[in-house]
Amino acid sequence: MKSESTSRVLLQGNEAVVMGALAAGCRFFAGYPITPASEISELLSLRLPEVGGTFIQMEDEIASMGAVIGASLAGVKSMTATSGPGFSLMQENLGYACVAEVPCVIVNVMRGGPSTGLPTSPSQGDVQMARWGTHGDHPIIVLATSSVSDCFSITIRAFNLSEKYRVPVIILSDEVVAHTRESVALPGPDEIRVVDRIAPSVPPEWYKPYGTNNRGVPDMAAMGSGYRHHVTGLIHDEKGFPTQNPKEIDQFQRRLHEKISKGFGEIQVIKSIMMEDAEVCVIAYGSVARSALRAIKEARNQGIKAGLLQLITLFPFPRKAVDSVLRQCRVAIVPEMNMGQICREVARVNQTGTRIVKHNRVDGQLITPEEILKYLVKV
Amino acid sequence: MREEAEIIRQEYLRHDKKFPHVWCPGCGIGIVMGALLRAIHNLGLSKDEVVLASGIGCSGRMPTYVDFNTLHTTHGRSLTFATGVKLAKPELNVISVMGDGDATAIGGNHFIHAARRNLDITAIIINNSTYGMTGGQYSPTTPYGSKSTTSVYGHVEHAFSIAELAVTAGASFVGRGTVYHASHLDKLIGQAIQKRGFSVVEVISNCHVQHGRRNKLGGAVEMMQSFKENAVTIGKAAKMSPDEMADKFTIGVLTDIDKPISTDEYRRIAQKAQRKADQVARTKVKNGVKRYEE
Ligand SMILES: Cc1ncc(C[n+]2csc(CCOP(=O)(O)OP(=O)(O)O)c2C)c(N)n1
Ligand code: SF4
Repeated sequence: MKSESTSRVLLQGNEAVVMGALAAGCRFFAGYPITPASEISELLSLRLPEVGGTFIQMEDEIASMGAVIGASLAGVKSMTATSGPGFSLMQENLGYACVAEVPCVIVNVMRGGPSTGLPTSPSQGDVQMARWGTHGDHPIIVLATSSVSDCFSITIRAFNLSEKYRVPVIILSDEVVAHTRESVALPGPDEIRVVDRIAPSVPPEWYKPYGTNNRGVPDMAAMGSGYRHHVTGLIHDEKGFPTQNPKEIDQFQRRLHEKISKGFGEIQVIKSIMMEDAEVCVIAYGSVARSALRAIKEARNQGIKAGLLQLITLFPFPRKAVDSVLRQCRVAIVPEMNMGQICREVARVNQTGTRIVKHNRVDGQLITPEEILKYLVKV
Repeated sequence: MREEAEIIRQEYLRHDKKFPHVWCPGCGIGIVMGALLRAIHNLGLSKDEVVLASGIGCSGRMPTYVDFNTLHTTHGRSLTFATGVKLAKPELNVISVMGDGDATAIGGNHFIHAARRNLDITAIIINNSTYGMTGGQYSPTTPYGSKSTTSVYGHVEHAFSIAELAVTAGASFVGRGTVYHASHLDKLIGQAIQKRGFSVVEVISNCHVQHGRRNKLGGAVEMMQSFKENAVTIGKAAKMSPDEMADKFTIGVLTDIDKPISTDEYRRIAQKAQRKADQVARTKVKNGVKRYEE
């Protein structure tokens, strides 16, 4: 991967998110200050005007999400960043982005909850909320970052997926990833693949803003580009107008899900580390995956055949990859900074009766490699 | 007059949309829609450059029927979406139509901040004193003592004056009209769209079905008659005593001021930042560093 244009820089996770966003073509940000996500706003308020983009601090997170959707509909790649309390407020308009199929990226730098919770402590408490936070039966893409370099590459991936599938993509970071400073190798601009939404090629009078095609993702016309059409949060027909017709409703709802399931292969990203001959494995994501990596290396030193399955994509849940490690291993350890939000997904996939061991920390402290190692040794 | 109506019907209504519309016969919202279309027509705006956003409610359905870039958002949030559109594409004419509950209850915070921010957006608020769509519950503009489906014993709270609220919050242009004074309304909306800065038109409208009926205000005709009788021009009102104005309200232009528009201000700052950044980048490129943003 390394090439001449690769450069090494010392960055914080939140800064890497900003760099990734700009590299992916993000030119609009609306947000509301909140710890531990504020650096993303601050840095973008500095950088966006420099590149011809727009930054705005809105009156709250509901408004931020609304503005992000408006800007995206006008043809500009958009994002917002927040933490738990703000993420709660965003759910209403997040659902709008799902139903109106508006590409956008939402970064949730997780902190301890519920409510105001633990503003400066890491947590993974918002995993199921990212999946199901907005009402209604909706598909969504959720990605998790575990390191500063992840913050860069996953943010680019988030934009690319949101543009390609016309969906909001949620990035779950956490307080530790956001504020850790690391020296990272960034790829050069020419090594970065940027995906843009597909604009219609038919004449405006033929354009169906929610028409079906073999991708399941309708072409998207920006407001003001001559393709006047209607956008609504009501369930709509191919023309975008509200419908009560059961057949049209059913078609629409199924297409929303199918466009994502058609892309599983590309959307579901995992990292498999030392899994080839593993007998016990750790399934982890976010900053916990880093502790897990240290733990399996140490376990290997002690002669234990341990491996790590790191989940980059949390939703759609990478069932296939998880199923295959569960079939391979005797025991799977699932450490999380919550009471088991991904563990329940793992358990649902478990068809072979593999022993699943939960390890949960909800005291605002990180899960250490030693804690995970203890389990690896015990089992 | 007839001819103009036909041109507007042909030119601005969506003929591929399955009419009839959702509104009750006699509802004032249709009159506001007519006034808006005439204003846009008279200003000669291109349909491609008009964005009509709305929230949720009977008023929120307006964009469905008209041939612009239309955006039916979530309840109360119309102005937030409109803000994003305007900032992303400042060359578009962005208009947001809202109900009284939409704009001043659930969307109240967005409304005052949009006025304070002074983006070049036009807000039209159809004030029918109730939550029409959900069945006539009390709204922030339901008069004290009025009956509604959630104030069956008479309303114990006091109403907002939307136009005055907009003035205080900092809007550049604020007008109030009624659905009875239709040609006055055409003019007010035209002025508001033309005004550079955040402009507000409050339109006093009739929901005879939910509000009128419960308060013995009669049907659409009687309610319009009362708008005719109770509306006083701002000039005239200045010469009337508070007692004389007791059951009346003012119509006309409440404020029309010029102040910096944040869209313009932002562009100015952005150009400065861009020039500076380009300079830095040029030196960096000279030194062999590549940029991501290109
Ligand atoms: C978040 C949310 N809460 C409640 C509703 C239900 N709702 C739909 S329309 C409406 C009130 C509309 O009243 P108003 O804004 O005055 O508009 P009108 O129908 O009178 O034109 C309400 C409460 C909703 N759609 N969304
Ligand atoms: S309920 Fe009231 S506001 Fe709604 S369409 Fe009927 S008359 Fe108009």
